[in-house]
Amino acid sequence: MAHALLINNLHKVYGNGFEALKGISLQVEAGDFFALLGPNGAGKSTAIGVICSLVKKTSGQVKIFGIDIDKDFSAAKCELGIVPQEFNFNQFEKVRDILLVQAGYYGLPRSLAEERADKYLKQLGLWDKRDTPARMLSGGMKRRLMIARALVHEPRLLILDEPTAGVDIELRRSMWSFLRDINAAGTTIILTTHYLEEAESLCRNIAIIDSGKIVKNTSVDSLLKTLNLETFVLDLREPLEVSPTIENFSLRLIDSQHLEVDVTKGQLLSDVFSRLLQEGVEVLSMRNKTNRLEELFVSLTGSGAGENDEI
Amino acid sequence: MKFDAQWIAFITILRKEVRRFTRIWVQTLLPPAITMALYFVIFGTLIGSRIGTMGGFSYMEFVVPGLIMMSVLTNSYSNVVSSFYGAKFQGSVDEVLVSPTPNYIILLGYVLGGVTRGLIVGTIVTLLSLFFTDLQVHNVAITVAIVVLTAMVFALAGFINAVYANSFDDISIVPTFILTPLTYLGGVFYSISLLPEFWQGVSQLNPVLYMVNVFRYGMLGVSDVDVGFAFAGVIVCIVALFSYSLYLLESGKRLRN
Repeated sequence: MAHALLINNLHKVYGNGFEALKGISLQVEAGDFFALLGPNGAGKSTAIGVICSLVKKTSGQVKIFGIDIDKDFSAAKCELGIVPQEFNFNQFEKVRDILLVQAGYYGLPRSLAEERADKYLKQLGLWDKRDTPARMLSGGMKRRLMIARALVHEPRLLILDEPTAGVDIELRRSMWSFLRDINAAGTTIILTTHYLEEAESLCRNIAIIDSGKIVKNTSVDSLLKTLNLETFVLDLREPLEVSPTIENFSLRLIDSQHLEVDVTKGQLLSDVFSRLLQEGVEVLSMRNKTNRLEELFVSLTGSGAGENDEI
Repeated sequence: MKFDAQWIAFITILRKEVRRFTRIWVQTLLPPAITMALYFVIFGTLIGSRIGTMGGFSYMEFVVPGLIMMSVLTNSYSNVVSSFYGAKFQGSVDEVLVSPTPNYIILLGYVLGGVTRGLIVGTIVTLLSLFFTDLQVHNVAITVAIVVLTAMVFALAGFINAVYANSFDDISIVPTFILTPLTYLGGVFYSISLLPEFWQGVSQLNPVLYMVNVFRYGMLGVSDVDVGFAFAGVIVCIVALFSYSLYLLESGKRLRN
């Protein structure tokens, strides 16, 4: 089966000489839930722009479900749905009309377009707003409208460029649930996000792009296994004045109620608890100091990111 | 994209365009009606009655075809320029650019939207003129053909203006500094035979002169220019502007990075 997305040695040099993509290669399997991460200006949006035809590539190859965009972009576009970062619908159009117009651009007959529009408006909780001009919607509703619009022609590949930016936690969780459902139903999803928790929670595979290069492309699980050190914050039952000492573990007292402990790869967290208990220190609860993926992300896209990691 | 899908895409754009200008009819359809009614009252009735005849017709009869044509071409132009630039400004133009709709369908959709508004406004102005004069139509085919072709020329010009525009100021520069002078000096209000020979020659460089005169020929049977030559010129303009507009879409200039 063809890859949902295949990018081979993609270059993009803008008119001002800025090289946004320096020969990236990427494969996304059909049915995958894939995260494309990178700091601002890394080249994520340029890559998406090339895939959806809004940016002209300088060189390289892009295939969507085996269809080369240089040979039949029209057919490739039929397989693709795009949810851009910025709201880019006509603010004066009614919500349902926006979906019907989009369906029309893909050649869907009116009756089918109406059926699909109504289906996705209901699924995304916009049915009551169907006759409301888009400018009257809340930010979260506008995000959902863009997802509904991208799905109205039922693409096999959906690319979402930071879909939950500025969305409150409750709505973000409901959008995650919706995306999981459509992925389970067979839609391949590529997601760019700044919320690394989002990528860790939703995605099976991940690529990290930095300065126009892919610096990591692997599964989320494999990536997390490369973590050498995690820091946990322990919430103590009784206050302490001095940090206890445990052999082979680094402990720091943040304040009288909170203790920080570094656990390296291969060490057992249970050892920390049992030895603290021996010292008479009881732990009420525990949390990760930082998001695990976030630490990796910073290390991969920081100044230390190595050229050798590039695939 | 198969033909039937392309047809659906074309109808979608056209329907969207018509819905846009009918939704804001107070801004799009009413003003030309009021403006032209004032022209009819002032230039036709009040001043025209003192001018006497022009080209063998009363001034009102002479000026009506020119005013109808003026409303058609300005509205065809302004519909496309404001709609397409508005889509660019809001980013909603990306909706159609990322879709499989071919560029020529996008262009045809917007252009026919502009032509439709031009023709609707032209019809409104024509009906209004009936309150001031008895209209006659010398040649229906020529009248209809030139008004449709002229609307196409200006809709295409509006599209090109919209592609190049970087701000809302840019979409008013061409109508103000180019379109209005060409229209006013294009034989709408007078026959160029009234001008000295040198200015008659200069006027013949104005494309609007040919469009207005052919339309006037269709209605009254008189023209300052050769009708066949004028038709050929208008068709050449359409082919050139259509080709250039398509080139802009294909190359992605000002639309795609």
